[in-house]
Amino acid sequence: MNAITPPPGGNSHAVHLISLSINGKKHELEVRPWTTLLDLLRENLQMTGTKKGCDHGQCGACTVLVDGRRINSCLTLAVMHDGAELTTIEGLASEDALHPMQAAFVKHDAFQCGYCTPGQICSAVGLANEGRAHSSAEIREMMSGNLCRCGAYNNIHDAVQEALPVCRGEGTA
Amino acid sequence: MTAMQSPVGKPLDRVDGPKKVTGQAQYAGEFDAPGLLYGSAVSSAIARGRILTLHTEAAENVPGVRLVLTHLNRPKMAGENDAYEDMDAADGAPFRPLYNDRVLYSGQPIALVVAEDLEIARHAVSLIEVEYDVESHETDLYAQLDRAHDAPAELPEARGNVDAALAKSDQTIDVEYRVPVEHHNPMEPHASTVMYFPDGSLLIYDKTQGTQNSQAYIEQIFGLEGQVRVRAPFVGGAFGSGLRPQYQLVLAVMASLTLKAPVRVTLTRQQMFTFGYRPRMSQRLRMGASADGKLQAIEHSVIGQTSRFEDFTEHVAEWSGMLYHCDNVALKYSLVPLDVYTPLDMRAPGATEGVYALESAMDELACAVGMDPVEFRLANYTDFNANEGKPYSSKELRACYAQGAARFDWNKRSAEPRSMREGHELIGMGMATGVWEAMQMPASAKAALCSDGTLRVSSATTDIGTGTYTVMTQIAAAAFGLPVERVEFRLGDSSFPKAPLQGGSFTVSSVGSAVQKACDALKEKIWEAARQLADSPLAQGAVDDLRFVDGRLQLGDSPEHGMALEDIVATCGPIEAEVDGKPGEAREKYATATHSAVFAEVRVDEALGTLRVVRIVSAVAAGRVVNPKTAGSQIQGGVIWGIGQALQEETLIDHKLGRYMNHNLAEYHIPVHADSPELDVIFVEEHDEIVNALGSKGVGEIGIVGVAAAIGNAVYHATGKRVRELPITLDKVL
Amino acid sequence: MIPFAYSKPTAVDEAVKMAGPDARFIAGGTNLLDLMKENVARPERLIDINALPLRDVETTATGGLRVGALVPNSDLAWHPEVEARYPLLSQAILAGASPQLRNMATTGGNLLQRTRCYYFYDSAVPCNKREPGSGCPAKEGVNRIHAILGASDQCVATHPSDMCVALAALEAEVIVTGPGGERRIPFADFHRLPGDQPERDNVLEADELILAVELPAERFTTHYAYLKLRDRASYAFALVSVAAALEMDGDRISTARIALGGVAHKPWRVAEAEALLVGQLADQANFAKAADALLRGAQPLEHNAFKVELAHGAIIRALGEAAGGITQ
Repeated sequence: MNAITPPPGGNSHAVHLISLSINGKKHELEVRPWTTLLDLLRENLQMTGTKKGCDHGQCGACTVLVDGRRINSCLTLAVMHDGAELTTIEGLASEDALHPMQAAFVKHDAFQCGYCTPGQICSAVGLANEGRAHSSAEIREMMSGNLCRCGAYNNIHDAVQEALPVCRGEGTA
Repeated sequence: MTAMQSPVGKPLDRVDGPKKVTGQAQYAGEFDAPGLLYGSAVSSAIARGRILTLHTEAAENVPGVRLVLTHLNRPKMAGENDAYEDMDAADGAPFRPLYNDRVLYSGQPIALVVAEDLEIARHAVSLIEVEYDVESHETDLYAQLDRAHDAPAELPEARGNVDAALAKSDQTIDVEYRVPVEHHNPMEPHASTVMYFPDGSLLIYDKTQGTQNSQAYIEQIFGLEGQVRVRAPFVGGAFGSGLRPQYQLVLAVMASLTLKAPVRVTLTRQQMFTFGYRPRMSQRLRMGASADGKLQAIEHSVIGQTSRFEDFTEHVAEWSGMLYHCDNVALKYSLVPLDVYTPLDMRAPGATEGVYALESAMDELACAVGMDPVEFRLANYTDFNANEGKPYSSKELRACYAQGAARFDWNKRSAEPRSMREGHELIGMGMATGVWEAMQMPASAKAALCSDGTLRVSSATTDIGTGTYTVMTQIAAAAFGLPVERVEFRLGDSSFPKAPLQGGSFTVSSVGSAVQKACDALKEKIWEAARQLADSPLAQGAVDDLRFVDGRLQLGDSPEHGMALEDIVATCGPIEAEVDGKPGEAREKYATATHSAVFAEVRVDEALGTLRVVRIVSAVAAGRVVNPKTAGSQIQGGVIWGIGQALQEETLIDHKLGRYMNHNLAEYHIPVHADSPELDVIFVEEHDEIVNALGSKGVGEIGIVGVAAAIGNAVYHATGKRVRELPITLDKVL
Repeated sequence: MIPFAYSKPTAVDEAVKMAGPDARFIAGGTNLLDLMKENVARPERLIDINALPLRDVETTATGGLRVGALVPNSDLAWHPEVEARYPLLSQAILAGASPQLRNMATTGGNLLQRTRCYYFYDSAVPCNKREPGSGCPAKEGVNRIHAILGASDQCVATHPSDMCVALAALEAEVIVTGPGGERRIPFADFHRLPGDQPERDNVLEADELILAVELPAERFTTHYAYLKLRDRASYAFALVSVAAALEMDGDRISTARIALGGVAHKPWRVAEAEALLVGQLADQANFAKAADALLRGAQPLEHNAFKVELAHGAIIRALGEAAGGITQ
């Protein structure tokens, strides 16, 4: 499936065919070289759960997991991810239950406006996958790539701290 | 069966939480439509002048570009100023996007490219070349102080005689505090998606703090009365940036009207620095105190920057005339117009700057008198607002000081600066008072009992992250004795009952009171309907016996004389009530305000000047707290903002270019996770039956007020150095 | 972004053949795409090198470590060999950017990071680095973050990397290949001062590709420190950073390496400063002498004079921490 028309006017910048697994579902997509992974999700696939806060890797709102690793989807081209396994905020919960990290965010009121939240949660799941953060200071340092203008940091910390062991038990998202 | 506890006062999880954590909450720039077009704005490179030529051909020739809008081909707009005056307009002539060839500030939108996709639009923007007739500009407040004029603000009359009182004071200070330009930078960039209907009407998803404000504004400037509906179901932060309709809304509407098609315009992060902001200002405080620590005189003189086209004012100096007892007070406020955009209310506008200066100066005076900063404030405590000549409806600030100090272990602080250290670091402890008005605005609400027994309540208000969805649900559920799961609160739609802008911490007070009143009106209607039914078990009751308990309407404590609400609607059909609420008359004799006491501990590396805030205690008196969880989050967020204000935030302008230079989130620093300190929020008990029917004062602003002063005072205590210009970066501490 | 063509070669020689002045290699993309979105970088072709076999980390015959150009920053920082043998490098990498960016950014790309100068990034204003000959408003503008050492009349930008500061101190070599075959560039020679060609950050030619960074056999596993000073606790570029590495002979210093970040157009080292410490006691007075030597000739601008004092203090602190060898 794809929702992309080839560039009008027949310029020389070819459309590339890529295969991408998004939240466990295979997609065959035609992408233009300059479409970022973030714009592919938001504008071409209408998967707007992944947010654009700065479009320059300076806020973390666009964080997704590629092969289990957290990255800024605004600073990478979709065409570079042929064959990758992508997990976004829309893919964390199961049919009937929130992902433990999502549930912990609700419980600890770890968000206000909610705009940085998908990025915070994906980042926290990536953090769990890395297995490097143990202390509070490490959680805070290693979550620092996700800005929250509402200032929900302490509640986010509490949520992440509570959910980390559970997420690690589950392995990669 | 026991009656459920009232949900008001309970730490309910956010009702919109599941949508926000799963990515299902949709924001203004995320609504789709078949054939949606994307607009990308062109920003001016100069600060002042005239557009001579806009070379748009190259952009227009890019395949996929549908339109390049400029001042030459835009749709007709209103000519008179009044049409552009929104609910939060400043004095003057509001900015009109693409109105003519004038460039009034650097970054001003001067064209809009509309294309079939975002990347094409952005690429085409890069192909537009502009020729300007450049005029010289002025952007430096401090180079233009001689051009200051009186601000069009209604400041309280001076009282007593400041100069005479200063002459007689045992201790005096005369200090200047400066604050820089700051930008709101909500995480969600401003965006508007305009849906165009064949009849010419528009449905607009806008990032706004007032759906009806955006609606009225667009209707007025484009002559579209009755044809515009604005929705904002989720707003990704605003902090004041959504109080006025911003230019992306106008541009998106222009493009939609021209092309008769749906159009979305989303600003880039850089463009988030091209409209309102917290203004740069100088504040001079002359204060005097007697040897025993009684304030004798306060003169607070403010000089702020504004644009050439509007005089922006906020309440900066007023706090100095109302927070403490002082008989000799003079408050002054002037403005310097510059070639910049008009400033805009930003979280606790005015108080954030004014109380910073006042509370820093109070610390200086306490040191001069040789008193503990808390004791000094208690020595000048007042329950009377001398600006207004009225007593406060409630003021539990004494309890804030006491409980905050106790939680903080303030008594372990040694008074002398530079007297506490650990390793490389000097330890500093400081405190400050916070204050914000407890306002109430007219607001309306509708409550409806639906056929499935759900109570549906609606208002045009928004939820910018403050928790409006949740607390209104709680207020309505409490009024009806329903579990919160059976209440649905709808907001963010200009077609809903009238609501004020969401700002100023008056949403719970205004909309919450209306919601409660609507519920009361609906209850009466339900009872009227239910008692008319054949064999109604309620027929014999009197209104005083009426109870709404556990989803039933019953008489007194006897469930047998009652009916389930769904049974009532099943028979009577849906019942609804809409009410208009307004501030109670009881308020008129009183001043109303929220207060706080903020305590901060900082660590300053003596050799390097690096500074960390390690601990904040904020004790808040805000009346009745509807939801301690979301209210606590509001205070925490405000404190983080205060840390940003104190240590990090500053939009740097190159005055030669007249342009902001750090217009991104890498160099405009806001706090990150690692900056977040240990943070204790205390809500002290405060009963207030005057402020509004709920007894609740609102908490969106109070969290930030006083924080920067507490931190600055702590830095002084740590280092002995008084930094009087924010932000306190390491170079100022070195 | 301005449209461009995209290709993804699978062999190094194939990639090198594709190179040219109109093309750029892309690996992590964290800086290049950022610059392309601002129309600062305007390549007509992007050559995606992610399929090239440049992801290995392996011990060299001389006991050093060869790090493939495509090894992501986070993998490098957390590589067991790096954590054990080059902890200074780990520390410096983890002080930079954010976890997400470190997961994307590569070893080679980190070397090619461009300055964070505000004027360079804003294509609406002049900048000699972006548009040679257009001027440098930073010199008399907003220059709190700019260079105090080695700047020129044309450019006062600083190099933004943390990793490179550690690599400079560790005396790594950069292995590149091009039409003329492979060459090895000592780290100190890789980045250049702006001079009258501020548009050139380094000596890499447009048709050359970084293959690897090679670290000499490990030496500084006990006495090292990376100290980064910035305007917030994390996720900010350095105002000043110091990579300090010492070898101790009892209480005397036998080898010293000191590199500064945030102060110049390249990681800043001064041989004399390091030589001053050899054979000396690890004390504040000697550290201060080294700091004086490192900062000699500093020419601060209107808003960054503090960097001289800050760097001075930071050098002393970092050397102290390195000498102590315990605070890691």
